Amino acid sequence: MGLDDRDRSLVAAIADGLPFVQRPYAEIGQRIGMDEDEIMTRLQRMVADGVISRFGVVVRHHELGYRANAMVVWDIPDAQVAEIGNRFATFDFVTLCYQRPRRLPDWPYNLFCMIHGRQRDVVLEQVEVLARECGLTDVPRKVLFSGRRFKQRGARYDAKDAELTVEALS
Amino acid sequence: MNKKEDVASLVREEVSLDEADRRLINGLQGGFPVCDRPFAEVAGRLDMTEEEVIERTSRLLDAGVLTRFGPLYHAEKLGGGLTLAAMKIPDAEFDAVVEAVNSFPEVAHNYARDHALNMWFVLATETPERISEVIGEIEAKTGYRVYNMPREAEFFVSLRFEA
Repeated sequence: MGLDDRDRSLVAAIADGLPFVQRPYAEIGQRIGMDEDEIMTRLQRMVADGVISRFGVVVRHHELGYRANAMVVWDIPDAQVAEIGNRFATFDFVTLCYQRPRRLPDWPYNLFCMIHGRQRDVVLEQVEVLARECGLTDVPRKVLFSGRRFKQRGARYDAKDAELTVEALS
Repeated sequence: MNKKEDVASLVREEVSLDEADRRLINGLQGGFPVCDRPFAEVAGRLDMTEEEVIERTSRLLDAGVLTRFGPLYHAEKLGGGLTLAAMKIPDAEFDAVVEAVNSFPEVAHNYARDHALNMWFVLATETPERISEVIGEIEAKTGYRVYNMPREAEFFVSLRFEA
């Protein structure tokens, strides 16, 4: 995979978002001296390669009323974690699902899924559904609702001359 | 933590959206087209005019309902580092430690959560090596351990919020 210099200059040019004009890719091209077709071809390739993980809008879920934001963590035997993770991902109320390392003795949980909901009791019922449907009612788990939010920006980090927004919803 | 103040600030933050705004937000989350007239393509799908899509998207971004309009990059594939980290902070020191942690530009969002590990934040860095350096710097500055929990596997879901 890997990005060449022209990719990097494109990445830098759209780091702050796309312009609100009829032909945004042509306008970006004018700024950096590429034609519209080249811009589109490069963007399509970066999406296909997964360098761009999502291309579109990022919603500030909190402002849409998604206040019951739960990180649900489970202690799943290592041999089963991939199977259960893939199973969790099929439930439409699960918004993210990752395997992460345990940090014993303080943290025995290795499978994390996020449920962003509007009401706590609905989210708690959805956790019960996951446990029942996946045969995990006896598995240790915790539901960590988020409290105060201190910072939310897409994680930005400096790459060469551009600040880029990366996929970072926890 | 002042719970009353939290509730007040939550209520203030909700933005009112009309039916067309909701249709637009839902329609855009699946991805923005890469073609010469992308706003026109979205407009065709959602039964709006191109001008209306441009105007509403721009307004929703200004209003803070959308935080981004453009690409979201995969940190590791761009050569960067990304992790989820947690800390266990006594209540009396929580606010001071939050401030110290958030002073690092590598800290993206940071949430209080109801557990002994009560502070959870995302670190995004220019290189993978920088993650452990920043963790060391946060530990040195605050005097508390940082529990690093990088993702070891991802199970694919499509992330959408119904507006």
